Amino acid sequence: MAHTNEFGSDRVKRGLAEMLKGGVIMDVVTAEQAKIAEDAGAVAVMALERVPADIRAQGGVARMSDPDLIEQIIATVSIPVMAKARIGHFVEAQVLEHLKVDYIDESEVLSPADYVNHIDKWNFTVPFVCGATNLGEALRRINEGAAMIRSKGEAGTGDVSEATKHIRKINGEIRALTSMSPDELYVAAKELQAPYALVAEVASTGKLPVVLFTAGGVATPADAAMMMQLGADGVFVGSGIFKSGNPEARAKAIVKAVAQFEDASVITDASRGLGEAMVGINVSDLPAPHRLAERGW
Amino acid sequence: MSREPIIGVLALQGDVREHLEVLEQLGARVVQVRLPAHLAEVDALVIPGGESSVIDKLTRMFELAEPISDRIADGMPVLGTCAGLIMLANDLTDGIDGQRTFRSLDITVQRNAFGAQVDSFETEVNLPEVSPRPLRAAFIRAPIVTRVGEGVRVLGQLADGRIVAVQSGNVIGVSFHPEVEGETQLHEYFLGVVREHLT
Repeated sequence: MAHTNEFGSDRVKRGLAEMLKGGVIMDVVTAEQAKIAEDAGAVAVMALERVPADIRAQGGVARMSDPDLIEQIIATVSIPVMAKARIGHFVEAQVLEHLKVDYIDESEVLSPADYVNHIDKWNFTVPFVCGATNLGEALRRINEGAAMIRSKGEAGTGDVSEATKHIRKINGEIRALTSMSPDELYVAAKELQAPYALVAEVASTGKLPVVLFTAGGVATPADAAMMMQLGADGVFVGSGIFKSGNPEARAKAIVKAVAQFEDASVITDASRGLGEAMVGINVSDLPAPHRLAERGW
Repeated sequence: MSREPIIGVLALQGDVREHLEVLEQLGARVVQVRLPAHLAEVDALVIPGGESSVIDKLTRMFELAEPISDRIADGMPVLGTCAGLIMLANDLTDGIDGQRTFRSLDITVQRNAFGAQVDSFETEVNLPEVSPRPLRAAFIRAPIVTRVGEGVRVLGQLADGRIVAVQSGNVIGVSFHPEVEGETQLHEYFLGVVREHLT
């Protein structure tokens, strides 16, 4: 007896993110780096032309990567491959879907293409991950069809303080919702600027309806484990790996620390002898226009 | 039966939470298995979905691979879904360089058999021994069984005949995710196998 197959459903889109939980997603700019990431135990790779630290250093408009680069990376690894589209750039997203990337990151790390609208992500079969600095922003992205959320942090800095702020903020706002009485949720939805139905769902389940990773400034095994202890389902590491002294060893160590994020002996062991971490920039030294987390709304 | 069995869920990476939720809903006692000491406490093990190449590395890194493989050989009941099915297979095609498995089930599994995420889908699968009605199943970058050895029973196939669920003794592997759909019948069937094994 034949059953119809349903492609691109909510469950299928959100489901891939569920499978990535407890894992580390690594930024890579070449097929060689992608292979190193896969061999080190990355659960997926993010294919891009420049890591955030270089985008920051070089300036200019940052866009979707060359399709050739993305295809080379897809051909080189068998773990899921993600790629970034600019905020609101639905045609870059169409290209990435055509290339059969496994997830699209509608990312503030690239220059926004639309300062009003994000991509209508329901129009796609491929799932999307979006950044958020607070619960309202996360729920607005989910309302537009995002199947995974990552807290934004401040990409390309190696300073974990913003990532900490955003994951604490999102989880704190979720906890606050769970303690409200039903008649208070209407105003909460108004204040969060998020749809009431999603707010009510979060209030009753105590979690986002999609997986929540964290990103932006994670540079060490201890940084990654802290994000997990603060309630992240997994971690994105951008510039932190391939801008460090020994990418291979650091990648493995971060994977190890995330898998046993509550075990100080494992995290200690993973932190030993990794060589230089990425140099880093203190977020407080960044002039406001250079703060990527403020892109997207 | 003397006591309620303890079911471990291998909790290094993957959809651990969904399996714990289904098992708890069925009233099972559950333990997350991250280290060899946790494995020693359990009567049975669930290997979740996730990224098989990562689960392989982590089980070796934390010295769980050999004890898990030994326990299964000694008869411990085990249920693997998706990446879990890959981990159980004797033979694997399209794995990453150096990828290993527990070699607990005489089958060959092809990894990422359906292609990229845009080719992932939900459907219904008939598992007559497990459930009178078809199960809702998510196939997410799923593997399939391409060879079934002697003594391995096919529990379910897709409409086109591809094998997606098998059992050999106390070892059950499926290439899809009933747990993502909130389906409980497969876990209920597994708990039946565990109880029978303990009596």
